[in-house]
Amino acid sequence: MRSTKTQQSRTARILGTAILGAAAVLSLSLASGALWPRSVIVAQEKPGATTVTIDNFSFAPMQLEIKAGTEVTWINKDDVPHTVVSDDHKLFKSRALDTDEKFSFTFKDPGTYEYFCSVHPKMTGKIIVK
Amino acid sequence: MSHYIEKNQDNDGVDRRGFLKCMAWAGTGTLCVLQGGVLKSFAMTDVLQKNVGNLKGDLSFVQISDSHIGFSKPANPDVTGTLREAIAKVNALPTPPSFVLHTGDLTHLSKPEEFDTLSESLKSLKTDRIFYVPGEHDVLNDNGAMFHERFGQGTQGDGWYSFDQKGAHFIGLINVLNLKAGGLGNLGHEQLEWLEKDVAKLKSSTPIVVFAHIPLWSVYPQWGWGTDDSEQALSYLKRFGSVTVLNGHIHQIMQKVEGNITFHTACSTAFPQPQPGQADSPGPMKVPAEKLRGLLGITDVNFVRGKHTLAIVDSTL
Repeated sequence: MRSTKTQQSRTARILGTAILGAAAVLSLSLASGALWPRSVIVAQEKPGATTVTIDNFSFAPMQLEIKAGTEVTWINKDDVPHTVVSDDHKLFKSRALDTDEKFSFTFKDPGTYEYFCSVHPKMTGKIIVK
Repeated sequence: MSHYIEKNQDNDGVDRRGFLKCMAWAGTGTLCVLQGGVLKSFAMTDVLQKNVGNLKGDLSFVQISDSHIGFSKPANPDVTGTLREAIAKVNALPTPPSFVLHTGDLTHLSKPEEFDTLSESLKSLKTDRIFYVPGEHDVLNDNGAMFHERFGQGTQGDGWYSFDQKGAHFIGLINVLNLKAGGLGNLGHEQLEWLEKDVAKLKSSTPIVVFAHIPLWSVYPQWGWGTDDSEQALSYLKRFGSVTVLNGHIHQIMQKVEGNITFHTACSTAFPQPQPGQADSPGPMKVPAEKLRGLLGITDVNFVRGKHTLAIVDSTL
């Protein structure tokens, strides 16, 4: 049992890393969750963390699916300041993030959360919490 | 004529010609002269090189823009220095301008010390008065409170205002507040109402000059270079014989004439931005640091002479 658990969490870590690097894959995989090993889904129930990169005046990934309780961190890689503000201007609102500055928010409840950069409002993104 | 990347030898997105062009942009301003109710504008570099004709008019003023004090990235590690160069060029004009308009992005991060540096630097301008409108970089964390406290005395609403000089009517608008997700620049209902009333009393023969940070025409909406409700603002100005709209924000000179309205965007005193759609994003055009130091000294006006197609300007309205 013990070794199985370790094996499961290792698998989860590896897969988790892969997911961090490719959110498009993540949304696809969650949409067809039955294809994934049960152990991975169990591991994902533990609150995790993931990153959205701000680069070239866009959020990457633009759309991200996460489990409730996941902390999302945005990091600004541009030479100009950006903000991360929920469309309702209430749920979350960062200060202006200069280059390499970060902002984090933990999504507790399932739902679809749209957000934008209040400095460059053409920049929009979406977090889907399952 | 392409201003960009004809020979990209170092694969850094900048060629020598493009770089020189950028350096010609940094540190320059625009001189505007009102002649018989018609506004003409000239690139400062050309004025100083005497590449332009008659500059005598009823009124002359200078527009500077996008100083981004506090910016220190490779595109220009010394924005205070290039602002000083711009000031020196204004001070070298044969006739001092009646006033100077700064069309926003005074600072890069809305920090008090950045506003301080900007104000200190501009004290050496040889002119009677400086008028300001904020850019989105000046209102980052407080919805413009600090900008308003420093530069908004005697203004209306969130900081818009108008004044008259030598028979022309000047209007400073704010389109960088309360921006909506997915949208462009925004004037808002209250400001539009004020504008309609502000111009209602004027004769149609009054020359109008409108200035705001983000362009009031659709330069390139994909990059946010436009203002959602500018059409309505401009509709109030249709009956006037001469309307000039001055903007910053896009860090390059562009001009357009539409009916009675002439649009100009000014260059930045800090760093250039790419032409619309010519890069992945509208961020600062980066120049390798070692090239910057080596080339600053040879920013040659000869390059500009006769090739600066942006120097000239609409004399027909």
